Amino acid sequence: MYLVRRVLFLLFVIWVTSTIIFFIPRISPRNPIRERLAELSRSTGYAPKDLEKIVQAYNQKFGLDKPLAQQYAEYMGSVLRGDLGPSLNQYPKTVWELILEALPWTIGLLISTTLISFVLGNMLGALTAWPKSPRWVKGLMAPMMMLQGVPPYLLGLLLIFFVAFRAKLLPMGGAYEIGTRVSFTAQFIFDVLRHQLLPGLALVLSSVAFWALGMRGMGITIQGEDYVNFAEHKGLGAMVIFRDYYVRNALLPQVTGLALAFGQVIVSGVLVEQLFGLPGLGGLLGKAITANDYFVIFGIAFFIIISVTVLMLLVDIVYPLLDPRIRIDSK
Amino acid sequence: MSTPILQVQDLQVTYYTDAGRAKALDNVSFTLNSGEKMGLVGESGSGKSTMALAMMRMIKPPGRIEGGKVIVDGTDLVTLSDGEMLKARLSKIAYIPQGAMNSLNPVMRIGAQMTDAIRAHDSSISNSAMTERCMQSLESVDLKREVFKMYPHELSGGMKQRVCIAIGILLKPKVIIADEPTSALDVVTQRQVMETINRIQKDLGCAVILIGHDMGLMAQSMDKVAVMYAGKLVEISTVRQMFTHPFHPYGQALIHSLPNLDNKGVLQGIPGLAPSLLRIPSGCAFHPRCSKATEKCMVVTPRLQQQPDGRFVSCLLYEEDKVTA
Repeated sequence: MYLVRRVLFLLFVIWVTSTIIFFIPRISPRNPIRERLAELSRSTGYAPKDLEKIVQAYNQKFGLDKPLAQQYAEYMGSVLRGDLGPSLNQYPKTVWELILEALPWTIGLLISTTLISFVLGNMLGALTAWPKSPRWVKGLMAPMMMLQGVPPYLLGLLLIFFVAFRAKLLPMGGAYEIGTRVSFTAQFIFDVLRHQLLPGLALVLSSVAFWALGMRGMGITIQGEDYVNFAEHKGLGAMVIFRDYYVRNALLPQVTGLALAFGQVIVSGVLVEQLFGLPGLGGLLGKAITANDYFVIFGIAFFIIISVTVLMLLVDIVYPLLDPRIRIDSK
Repeated sequence: MSTPILQVQDLQVTYYTDAGRAKALDNVSFTLNSGEKMGLVGESGSGKSTMALAMMRMIKPPGRIEGGKVIVDGTDLVTLSDGEMLKARLSKIAYIPQGAMNSLNPVMRIGAQMTDAIRAHDSSISNSAMTERCMQSLESVDLKREVFKMYPHELSGGMKQRVCIAIGILLKPKVIIADEPTSALDVVTQRQVMETINRIQKDLGCAVILIGHDMGLMAQSMDKVAVMYAGKLVEISTVRQMFTHPFHPYGQALIHSLPNLDNKGVLQGIPGLAPSLLRIPSGCAFHPRCSKATEKCMVVTPRLQQQPDGRFVSCLLYEEDKVTA
C-alpha cells in the first residue's frame, strides 16, 4: 500500500515536470527548423529561394504546425509508448539514439565521480571531525572549502592549462585519441580512462567538500551523543566506535543527499563535458539548448527526471535498512 | 571488614579553561569495601560526575587528571596504559550512564551492543557463549531474552536503563558507578531500577557508587553517603549517621533542606550559591554560606579527618584541638 501510494505520487511528479519541460522551450519565438536551415545555407553558401516552404514542410512533418494543445497531447501519447521523437537538429536520428549514444559516457564519468566524491568526502568529513585524527587531516578542511568555492568548469580550465597544456601529462580533451576505433580492448579502455582523468578530477575536487562539510557537521553532533560516550565507557576500541557508532549514524542524512546529487550532477556535468569535449548527456543537452531542439531537450530532461525520481524511491526503500527507526508501515 | 576493593587517593582533576584553571576534584580520597554501596551527593557542579569520569579515566581535554590513585582490586588505574585501561573498563570498573534514553546506539540491535563490549575484552570467546552471557545478563535485570534482538527505539525508558545496567554487569566488574541512573524515570520505574541495582550488587558482591541528588533514594538503598562540595569531599558517613546527625554544616544544611512530616510546607534552603570552581573561596570553600563560620575558616583549609564514631568530616569545627596555626 505504501509502495503503491509512493509510485502514484511519483507518476504525478513525472507528469507535472514533463509538462513544464514540454512547454518551456516552445514559449521562445525561435523556430529550430528555420535556424537549422539558415545555418546550413550559410555554411554551404546555397540559399534556396523557397526556404519558407521547406520550413513549413518540416514543421508539418514534425507536427509543429498544429495547435500547441494538440502537439502536447500527441507528443505525450508517443512518450507513453516509449517514443521520444526525432531530433530536430540531427534528423533523422531519434532522441533515443542520441541519448543512448551519450549515456555510457555520462554514466562512466558523472556517476563514478559522484560516487568517488561521496565516499571520499564522507571519509574526510568524518575524519576531520574525529578528535583523535592527526592534525594534518583536520587541516585538510580549509583547502577543501576553497575548492568548493571554485566552479568545476573553472577548475577544469586550470587543470587543462597546467596538467595538459603546460606539463603535457594528460590529453586536453576528447573522449579518446582521435583516429582510434571504439572497441573493448585493454588499450582503448586505458586510453578512455586517461581522457576521463582530468574531467573526473575537476568534478571530484569541486564536489568533495560538499560531502565533507555535511559529514563533518553531522559528525560533530554525533560525537556529543551519549551512545558514543557510553561506547567508550564499555572499553571499545577507537576503530569500532568510529565505524559502528560514529560514522554509521552520521552517514544517514548523507544517503538522502546522494539521491538528490545524482540529479544535480548532470547539470554540473554539462559545462565540464562541453569543456573537455566529451560526448556525454551534458554536452548533448548543451547543444540541444543552443539549437532549441525541442525533442532532445525534452528527452534528456525527461530522462533525468525519471532517474532522479526512481533513485529517490530506491533510497526510500533502502533507508529503513540503514535506519531501523524508520519502518514502512504495513497497514 | 575485608580489604577495600576500591581506594581513591588524593585524586585531582583540573580543567584548563580560557577563564583559568578550574579544580574540579581537589585531593579526593575515600575507600570502599566490596559489597558496600555509597551514595555521592552534592550540588550541580560540585564534581560528582567529574569524579565518576576520572575513575573511568574518561576525563577529556581541556580536563586532566593531575595526580592521585584509583586502586581497584589492587591495580592502580591511573598508571595503566591506554590499552590496558580499555580492558579495565567494564571488567574492573563499570559505568552506568546518566541519560539512558540516548545511551544506546539507535541503529544497532541491543545484542550487537552487548556483544561488541564482550568482544573488545575477550577475542577468543565463541559466539554462542557470548550470546548466552548476554541473555543471562538481560534476564538478571528482569528483561526478556527477546530484547537481545530488538532496537533501542522499541524499548521504554526503564527498559533502556535496564539494558545499560545489563551491559554494565556483563563482565562482572568489581566496582559499578551509576551516574544518576534514575533521573529520567518516573518514581515507579525509579524504584524498580533501584531494586534491580540492589539485587545485582548482592549477586555480584561488587561495590556500588550511586551518584544523585535524590536524598530519599540514598536513604533507602545506600550504606554510606559521601557529600561533595566545590570539588572536595566534606563528609563521608553511614546513612544513619548522615540522616540523624550530620556533622559538617553543609551536610546539616542539606538534611534540613529536606521536607519532613513534622514541619510541612516550611522548607529551609541553603543560602547563597555553589561557588564557581574558577574562584573557590579561601580556607574552607563553604565558609561564605556557613552559619557557623569563624575568622579562621577564611584562612585555614580543613582536611578530611576521621571522627571518633568512624565517619570522615572536613571541617574546622571538628579539628579545633589539632589545628595550631
